[in-house]
Amino acid sequence: MTNPVLQVENLVKRYGEVEAVRGVSFSVDEGEVFGLLGPNGAGKTSTIEVLEGLRVADGGRATVCGLDPQKNPNELKNEIGAVLQATSLPDKLRVSEAIRLFAGFYKRTRNPNELLRRFGLEEKRHSFYNQLSGGQKQRLALAMALVNDPRVLFLDEPTAGLDPQVRREIYTIIEELKREKKTIVLTTHYIEEAEKLCDRVAIMDHGKLIASGTPRELKQRSGDTTRLEVRLAKPAPKEALRQLEGVADALEVDGAYVLHCQRTAPAIVSLVKYLEAQGNELVSLEIATPSLEDVFIELTGRRLRD
Amino acid sequence: MRTILTLAAVRIRITLRNKAFLFFSLIMPMGIFFLYGSVFAKGKPEAVAYLMGPILSFTVMGTFWGLSMQLVTWREQGILRRFRLAPIAPSSMIISSIMANYLLIMPTVILELLLARFIYHVTAFGNLISVFVLVILGITAFGAMGLVVASVTNTAQETQIINQLLWFALIFLSGATVPLAVLPHMVQRIGLFLPATYFVYGLQRAMLADAQLYTLGTVVVSLLAWAVLAAFISSQLFRWEPEAKLPRNAKLWAVATILPFLLLGIWENHNGKLLATAAYMMEGRPTENTPPADKR
Repeated sequence: MTNPVLQVENLVKRYGEVEAVRGVSFSVDEGEVFGLLGPNGAGKTSTIEVLEGLRVADGGRATVCGLDPQKNPNELKNEIGAVLQATSLPDKLRVSEAIRLFAGFYKRTRNPNELLRRFGLEEKRHSFYNQLSGGQKQRLALAMALVNDPRVLFLDEPTAGLDPQVRREIYTIIEELKREKKTIVLTTHYIEEAEKLCDRVAIMDHGKLIASGTPRELKQRSGDTTRLEVRLAKPAPKEALRQLEGVADALEVDGAYVLHCQRTAPAIVSLVKYLEAQGNELVSLEIATPSLEDVFIELTGRRLRD
Repeated sequence: MRTILTLAAVRIRITLRNKAFLFFSLIMPMGIFFLYGSVFAKGKPEAVAYLMGPILSFTVMGTFWGLSMQLVTWREQGILRRFRLAPIAPSSMIISSIMANYLLIMPTVILELLLARFIYHVTAFGNLISVFVLVILGITAFGAMGLVVASVTNTAQETQIINQLLWFALIFLSGATVPLAVLPHMVQRIGLFLPATYFVYGLQRAMLADAQLYTLGTVVVSLLAWAVLAAFISSQLFRWEPEAKLPRNAKLWAVATILPFLLLGIWENHNGKLLATAAYMMEGRPTENTPPADKR
């Protein structure tokens, strides 16, 4: 028995002439981790900020915990926690003061000291905000987002701009929250983040949702074929590559060719023969099982990270 | 209410850690205090007493700098956005910032009064209740003015420019630097449109002529009206988001804050009572006697 804690219907958000979100609909169940995956400028942040009550939608409907972000902003804010794409706090605010300050705004609160301990900020409790590293700032932002023990947690690009080690730290934290059955909506342009953390992913591009499902479902969509990603010295016609033995489909992405093949070995052999016959050279070759990135490429013809 | 107090407490802490604040609200006022007291008044108690009005005005009027800069930088840096995620009303942000300023400015005011007493041996401070009521009104009113400035500007740079213009008008045309009575007649007439003029005048009347609050009715009511109007307008124009556009009529709203003193200025220019009293306070023995202009 599931019941959606968050529902979005036909959401539209415009900035002057630009339509950033163009009729987006989805719903998120209690305890689910839902990811909006897409490149920068896809409309992810606009969508999530409408749900947080920071932006006013120009069309459609959204409810979070049964509340309309515009009609009941204060009730909503008591139920949600959020990490913004860029959090900033006054430079001369100490870590412990920041978390206590925000705890003071809510009726229901979690113990600030416990949160600091949990996020490994205990030693930094007396540090000023501007003395923290990027990772520490982001952990503080997460701790602050949980200070009211929210029902729904919004994480907007929680690991963008962080180095790999810190990113893994943040993943561990999110996985822990997932085990606690927190409902989480996160946006990301990192494939691995979506695959690793999300129960369900919606792929967003140019203000629209172009596919959604569990990471597994999405990958199955693109078939159980292996990918050969090859770079060639000279361009080759896609049609010719499609004709090769063992190759089901061929796409061109950013100057590389992605061949979908049912059987890998014959495909490689026939590719090499073909290239030799054409006087072309193989620059690089990579074999990969389908990932969400492939799904994205198939749907948009572009890579996620430009 | 708890939100306002929590915010005010944090604002006080952050402000005390800011070196610019210490300069503008402690070092600069003290510099002015000793400059006025030792150089202009040559340490004579009566002269120092006469200059206490301008000295306190400097301290109190300076509040708008810090308030406007804090609001505009918090918005510019996206700090307000983070606050906006919590259930906080714009009015809580505004009230807490003014409230914090009471506690940040008051110690300097008290210190100046104590120094006047113990260094320059000023014995009579007039009606201290009136003085403190005026100081509180002044902190509210000039602070709210700063918030209006921050509301109609988008960047710290713009805010600085407007602040400078306002500051020079407030200190040079009001009698806070050069006594109103010796300013050229034209300047005096302009000064009558400035809240600062009434503020300096009110403080001097309270301290030199022992003026009760009710005899300072015009000053108190006009400062109060101005404070309420400015606070109201700043809450109407409050913007959390750095990219939020100013409503088209925002500047009109901001200009509306000059209304109380525009009307009062016209009135005072017409009857000339304040200027006469200011001249009398300057030359005459400041006593409890009613100055001639009050006899009509």
